[in-house]
Amino acid sequence: MTDRLITDLEKLMTTASETAIHAAITATGIADGYVTRPSALGTLFVAYNSRGVSAVDLADSAEDFEQRFSHIHGRSTLPVERLPVQIDRHLDSAIETGKPGRLPLDFSDLTEFQAAVLRKTAEIPGGQVRPYGWVAREIGKPGAVRAVGSALARNPVPVVVPCHRVVRSDGHLGNYSLGDPDNKRILLEAEGLDMTEYESLSERGIRFTGSDTTDIFCHPTCHHARRTSVEHTVEFRSEQQARRAGFRPCKVCRPAEVAA
Amino acid sequence: MMGITMTTPDMSILARDLAGDLDGSFAAYVRATADGIYSGSLRMLGDRTDAEDVMQETYARAYNALSGYSQERISTLQVRGWTWTIAANLCRNRLRSRSRKPTAPLGDFDVAASGRSTDEEALSEVGEALRAALLDLPFPQRAAVVMRHVLDLTYEEMAIALDRPVGTVKADVHRGLARLRRDYPEETAR
Repeated sequence: MTDRLITDLEKLMTTASETAIHAAITATGIADGYVTRPSALGTLFVAYNSRGVSAVDLADSAEDFEQRFSHIHGRSTLPVERLPVQIDRHLDSAIETGKPGRLPLDFSDLTEFQAAVLRKTAEIPGGQVRPYGWVAREIGKPGAVRAVGSALARNPVPVVVPCHRVVRSDGHLGNYSLGDPDNKRILLEAEGLDMTEYESLSERGIRFTGSDTTDIFCHPTCHHARRTSVEHTVEFRSEQQARRAGFRPCKVCRPAEVAA
Repeated sequence: MMGITMTTPDMSILARDLAGDLDGSFAAYVRATADGIYSGSLRMLGDRTDAEDVMQETYARAYNALSGYSQERISTLQVRGWTWTIAANLCRNRLRSRSRKPTAPLGDFDVAASGRSTDEEALSEVGEALRAALLDLPFPQRAAVVMRHVLDLTYEEMAIALDRPVGTVKADVHRGLARLRRDYPEETAR
């Protein structure tokens, strides 16, 4: 005679969902979790761990993303359903605005220099650009322009840390690490930067613009430069030219060393 | 993808692998034991989200603990029983903190919770009644019955998991089963 109670109890065995298993594994830190988010560039893969967001990437498939992640980070990443609260609360606005805000980021794999470059880059407002040399000077390493370029080329969290807003000093957009090189232009245009106007300045060798009512010069995409009306705008090819004309650098976009 | 429905994972090989390479074998250990930890927590707590939380925290604590153990200690672990010492404590604590909240009486909480558990829908009315009867048992008996007859743990593993002598654990299983036979309406089963 079989015991009904015992056989019914045995039927109460069930299975843990794959995403719950992933959440359990990622909670230990041996693998990162990831989710996907739509963006202007396509589907973004966003990985995280207990320290914060560790990767933002574009990929054709989950498999591509997982392979690239483990190649770069030396650990695996697994799809999850639920994000930790602190990331869930800030991720979408960080992607939308291109500004990390209160989104925690994991820079633990980076050198102090790389992290400083990314933190400075995160300060550039949407729709504006700054040269690589500006980032170098701002973090106190004015000679490290090329190193800034390579740090940004390895930015683990593009879009959220807006490396697309850092350009060559001659005004050319320069390289971009996230997918198609044209993505840099797409992101900047989506943020409201008038690329036709911007490129006409760089083609004419104009690196700074000033206002003849304030005698202040700016990066051309600075909020203050763009408020200046056309008839009051003065164009400069170099810092020296602006200084000689009696202009001082803007304290907001800091196109040159600002006297304290 | 590794199988997640391994029914008889070899726990001594798992212990040996964990001792040799904790980070490299931890995911395999989770996959081999997660169904049991999840099912057991679900039957002890009656709520899917709570069971997933307990499962997640169990492995986070297991990983931290194992990181501090010597290789020798890990290789001689009774893996399932040891993992359940963590999970059983978490289940017990969760029930305690629930009963301290006057706004969420245990009974209502469980009924509402089991109703929204999508993976439960396939279960028959038999399962429904039995799950409710289990949740009415005092925790030590509930844990003992679930471990022995749902999860198929040995009495030795249960003694480790519940930190009680084998005799006490056996007595809890017997008492729990006796109460279920009285409360669980078998005649409505078919």
